[in-house]
Amino acid sequence: MPQIGIPPISLRRRVVDHVMTGVAVLTVALVLLPLFAIFAYLVYKGIGSINLAFLTQTPKPVGEPGGGMANAIVGSMVILGIASLLGVPLGIGAGIFLSEYGRNRYGDIVRFVSDVLNGVPSIVIGIVAYGLVVMRQKHFSALAGGVALAIMMVPTIARTTEQMLLLVPQAIREAAYGLGVSRWRTTLSITLRTATSGVITGVMLAFARVAGETAPLLFTAFGNQFWNWKSDQPTAALSLQIFTYAISPFDEWHRQAWAGALVLIILIVSAVAAVRIAVRHGTLAGA
Amino acid sequence: MSNQALPRPRFNAPEPERGAKAALKIEARTAPLLQGKVSEIPDAFFGWAMRLCGVTVVALLGLIVYQLVVGSTLSWHAFGWKFFGQSDWNPVSDQYGALPFIYGTVVSSLLALVIAVPLSLGVAVFITEMCPVGLRGILSFTTELLAAIPSVVYGLWAIFILVPVLREYVQPFLATTLGWTGLFSGPPYGIGMLAAGVILAIMIIPIISSITREVLTVVPQHQREAALALGATRWEMIRMGVLRNARAGIVGAIILGLGRALGETMAVTMVIGNRPEIAKSLFAPGYTMASVLANEFTEATGDLYLSALIEIGLALFFVTIVVNALARLMVWSVTRGQPARSIV
Repeated sequence: MPQIGIPPISLRRRVVDHVMTGVAVLTVALVLLPLFAIFAYLVYKGIGSINLAFLTQTPKPVGEPGGGMANAIVGSMVILGIASLLGVPLGIGAGIFLSEYGRNRYGDIVRFVSDVLNGVPSIVIGIVAYGLVVMRQKHFSALAGGVALAIMMVPTIARTTEQMLLLVPQAIREAAYGLGVSRWRTTLSITLRTATSGVITGVMLAFARVAGETAPLLFTAFGNQFWNWKSDQPTAALSLQIFTYAISPFDEWHRQAWAGALVLIILIVSAVAAVRIAVRHGTLAGA
Repeated sequence: MSNQALPRPRFNAPEPERGAKAALKIEARTAPLLQGKVSEIPDAFFGWAMRLCGVTVVALLGLIVYQLVVGSTLSWHAFGWKFFGQSDWNPVSDQYGALPFIYGTVVSSLLALVIAVPLSLGVAVFITEMCPVGLRGILSFTTELLAAIPSVVYGLWAIFILVPVLREYVQPFLATTLGWTGLFSGPPYGIGMLAAGVILAIMIIPIISSITREVLTVVPQHQREAALALGATRWEMIRMGVLRNARAGIVGAIILGLGRALGETMAVTMVIGNRPEIAKSLFAPGYTMASVLANEFTEATGDLYLSALIEIGLALFFVTIVVNALARLMVWSVTRGQPARSIV
């Protein structure tokens, strides 16, 4: 009777197995290295420069120490506010269309187009916003920056909203219809409401994605060294300010660039972390 | 919706009529919502409003194409196809050729892929196949954090940390060991094509690895079990059971990373050196399509100059569209219509 069983694994195969495991671990280490390096340097270089003046003052002229990025922080918020005002309703609307009305060929077209839009380089969207707003208004403005970022937010929000609405069980919609609730009311007060936390997740992801964008703001918001409260004037943005300072030859500005980057990162990372927590503990956690 | 909104049946209802006709009337009165007349107009309005949102998304793409095509006509009429074949970029004499930028974009992106692909695949394989379950969430979160860092912060870090490291350690080493290839020769400035490629690689690793991870997770479990049952070691199981099945999706993930690298602007602009020249050595400064837009768009004085820049934008747009569409199709073919989740 011949022996039946698994033949022993040869030494060569065992060595290859271990080597490949080692290689995989090594790649993880190599990928995590820059991540830690970036965060470590941000904190190390940035933390010493964040002070009250940085958060409350406008930039000082070259050579004078001190000054801050208060106008850029506010400017970023204004631009992002405009972008959200324009982009969020449109994105959610498109998401509702995709999940409630778009289970057909037309929906597929919109779905594909929004995926394509997602891949358009941000600088190209800047050109479009320049042509749409800046050329008409004849000057750079927060509005133009907002339009550019809004265009970038729409596809992300649309696709995540769609996915979240699709997670809502069909039975809930039918229950509403059965009670005589109209379709629009069902969609808004039942379906969208059930998926609220998921939709918010999508909005926050889109927000985090555009919050640090610089390229489309270069020739839309343009940047400003002073306070500006008008939406049709050049407006400072945190990311623009970081860029300007980083490529400048002055140590003082470099220092402030690091501080600005740290502030920006803190804003974005807290948004992403909030999303993670919302997803984990939200109503959609089990869906 | 509360019941109060419903019309109540009248109290002093008239005496019910007899016969089949009467039954119908009563039914209509007791269940007014089933008539469906109340909500038709708002429903139609809402439906069309949502369809309008969907159409707007398509219109946005149309708008982008329209703006770019109209903006670039002047340059197109002046240079035609030669625009993409000439390497002379001179705003003073109004001569524009996009070749150095195309070259810079292609070379820096390919260099980024060469560095990023093996690393991202390693990370994805480790997270899905090898790592303890407890570590999985933390690791994928950390790699996705890399994607949350804005481009300009990468650029800042690259200028002050990466470039000096490249200049002091990496470039001298490459010059002595691989200098004979001609790819690593010339003065080590730090800033240049190599720096751009490295920072791009760091930026696209999260995209490639997270999509690869998704593709690997949809490989059916029984493929793994079958390989193990045949006596495969873990690596053989991964190679034969997992990677081979996910091939199309992995290629899609790589192309998606390429699409991101092609359009990446800020970090590259900050370290590539911004000189419109075609040099064989990766140490030499270069220029990309996106960075010439970033640097010169606001300073473009002449109409033809602006038009030439917009034409570069148009070319960049088309290349990334094609690359992305291709990648989506490949990822879709593996995840079976489940769209790849967009990451932060």
